[in-house]
Amino acid sequence: MSLIRRLLALSLLLLPALAHAETFVFTAIPDADESRLQQRFGKVADYLSAQLGVEVKYIPVKSYAAAITAFRNNQVQLAWFGGLSGVQARRLVPDSEALAQGYEDQFFKSYFIAHTSTGLEAADSLSDALKGKTFTFGSKGSTSGRLMPEFYLREQFGMAPEAVFERVGFSGDHSRTIAQVQSGAYQVGAVNYAVWETELAEGKIDTSKVKVIWTTPTYPDYQWTVRGDVDQHFGEGFKVKVREALLNMKDPDLLASFPRESFVPASNDDYGPIEATAKAIGLLDE
Amino acid sequence: MTARAPSLFTGAAQSSVLNLNRVCLLLVAVALLALIGADLAIYPVDPWQELARVGQGILMPAWQEPRVLLEALGQTVAFALLAVAIAAPLGLGLAMLFHWRAVRVLCAAVRSVHELFWGLIFMQLYGLSATTGLLAILVPFAGVFAKVFAEIFEQQSRDPGLTLAVGLNPVKRYVYTLISQSWPALLSYTRYRFECALRSSAILGFIGLPTLGFHLETAFKQGQYAEAGALLWAFVLLIACIRFWVRPKLIPLYLALSIWLLPETLGFSNGGYLWQFVGQDIWPSALREGDLGGALSWYGEMLSEQVWPGLVQTLLLTQIALVLTALVVLLIYPLATRSMAGPLLRWPGRFLLLVLRSTPEMILAFVFLLLFGPSGLPAVLALALHNGGLIAFLVANASDAERGSRSDRPDDPRGLVRYAYIETPRRFPAMLAFLFYRWEVILRESAIMGILGITTLGFYIDSAFEEIHYDRAFLLIAVTALLNVLVDSVSRRLRRHAHAEPARQQDMSCLKLE
Repeated sequence: MSLIRRLLALSLLLLPALAHAETFVFTAIPDADESRLQQRFGKVADYLSAQLGVEVKYIPVKSYAAAITAFRNNQVQLAWFGGLSGVQARRLVPDSEALAQGYEDQFFKSYFIAHTSTGLEAADSLSDALKGKTFTFGSKGSTSGRLMPEFYLREQFGMAPEAVFERVGFSGDHSRTIAQVQSGAYQVGAVNYAVWETELAEGKIDTSKVKVIWTTPTYPDYQWTVRGDVDQHFGEGFKVKVREALLNMKDPDLLASFPRESFVPASNDDYGPIEATAKAIGLLDE
Repeated sequence: MTARAPSLFTGAAQSSVLNLNRVCLLLVAVALLALIGADLAIYPVDPWQELARVGQGILMPAWQEPRVLLEALGQTVAFALLAVAIAAPLGLGLAMLFHWRAVRVLCAAVRSVHELFWGLIFMQLYGLSATTGLLAILVPFAGVFAKVFAEIFEQQSRDPGLTLAVGLNPVKRYVYTLISQSWPALLSYTRYRFECALRSSAILGFIGLPTLGFHLETAFKQGQYAEAGALLWAFVLLIACIRFWVRPKLIPLYLALSIWLLPETLGFSNGGYLWQFVGQDIWPSALREGDLGGALSWYGEMLSEQVWPGLVQTLLLTQIALVLTALVVLLIYPLATRSMAGPLLRWPGRFLLLVLRSTPEMILAFVFLLLFGPSGLPAVLALALHNGGLIAFLVANASDAERGSRSDRPDDPRGLVRYAYIETPRRFPAMLAFLFYRWEVILRESAIMGILGITTLGFYIDSAFEEIHYDRAFLLIAVTALLNVLVDSVSRRLRRHAHAEPARQQDMSCLKLE
């Protein structure tokens, strides 16, 4: 008996994971300016808490996959996903729903950028001169830094990126992609247009070294996704209240965390094209 | 053994020197062959703007919020301390059962998976929680402790055991003889592992635990090098000062503080997810549906598209890094010794070694990526510098420990002659042994080089987790673990063949695993 009791005590020590069941928790994929996330999203949590009447907390994650895992495990009930990570998450959690997207996310795009020493110039399509260059995506799970650029590369050249380029890397992050192309470590890269524009405005980009050579057609990207079972845990109509709270977020200070102009309604169907693209390039199983 | 070197002129020693030379030649030859196959291109780059910013950040570190830094430091220590406090007794228990093959295989299996991968696995089960962090360190560490403690026991004299009554309970046997006999070695190894645990704990921040690595990765990714510099310096200081702040009497207090410092876990209720993960997620869907043909073709495809190319790239890089590590050690270890650098001048040398072994390889790799462009070269250099710094530290320690012993003579030469004819020959077998122990570590660490666009096994494992293909991740991790077990056994054989055994047990054991 005493052994069992001791084991129980030990397992309790090892599983501090059971507390705080009824806090509403959200996360956001780490796509840009990860510093001071806690402070920035802490404000969003306070706003949601005031609107929803429950305790709301934010937990930071390090990767797209970690955000999806936390959503799947019900460690978070709401998440700010990218297009692809949202599709992946909703496939894993039945009845989960895309609630709202940023105004800009209705027509998001990626930039292909190149170091000026390559001599590549801005053009209306991806040119054959790209062949044999070194190329970096952003994070492996990113929509704007990987999925859509890969899709358009395959469409243009009819082969996998590894066959088009001499070397294909994954910088892990949009800011890194810019830094690595700017330093010439990679000759060409694909990057989220919003991150590029932000860094350009902040003076972090030296346009004599790196420039945009092609812009992808637009596609739907980031969105808020909520688990299907929140009404059971937080009361009837909770999901509707969450959507209202998100759509009514008008404070520029809060919106700057994303950074988005405003939020507009979204549905799972909006992301059909993303899902089809992911399947087409083998990132998602049929 | 180091003690062998003075007896060079006896026949037995001569043949062991021959063997030593043969093993070295073999390693160098394999590395040269690997050079042909490996991808070590250098690209013209324009890194100075970015490198200047990195340098400026390291020289002028800055940190805005002292509370966040302290919290991260505290949690780094908390995870490391608690994990070692649980893993060491656990390992001791397993070491007593080490004569059972099942225990040996279990220990080999758990320690052959990198802490980061354990972290990713436990994250599926326990979310981002203290449990995940603790388990990710303590599971592989328990396997290491078991193996090393068992090796320490093996080296003890059996005579005291003969004085005990026949049929005495085996636990009592251990307590009254082997454990008390080897107590200093056990303690000293546990202390060393604590430093390793601090490194592991910091690195777990890369996948989201709130340790130093969390902020370090962010700062580096965002190009905030002053903040990255502050974090690196904080970590170096933390390790440099271990001997001042880790006091036996204070450990209970630290343990209590650590439990209090562990991060709270927010709303996590995974229900039956453990069984879904173990029973379904990690197996290919064809296998789950009983479609054997489909499963076979899935495995075949994985083998030809990821496992085999990953294996080749990983081994090529590892073998080159291994030989380069040896060169780094030979080059820098004298800088940190009393006998060659002198009592005062060895401090800058020791500091260099501290910085090299405390800087995560990923950061070294990033700097080299800026310098040379994307290829295997930055990976090999980063691995060689980090591991070289670590081994050189142990070799320099062994040299200092022999200072003033009987083998020291007043008419010993100094400077380069001493380096070439006394120190290096004496240290060489131990150094080679350390190198063999680091082999499997280098192998595992070559996995973290996805940013370089080099498709090692670790690159594919990372992709599998990022793309939520746990079936692929499981297969690839299993292959990596098998490869580790294989390398471990080859290195054991080569080590025996070359008679390369370190002088002191604790030196040797330190290197077992990172």
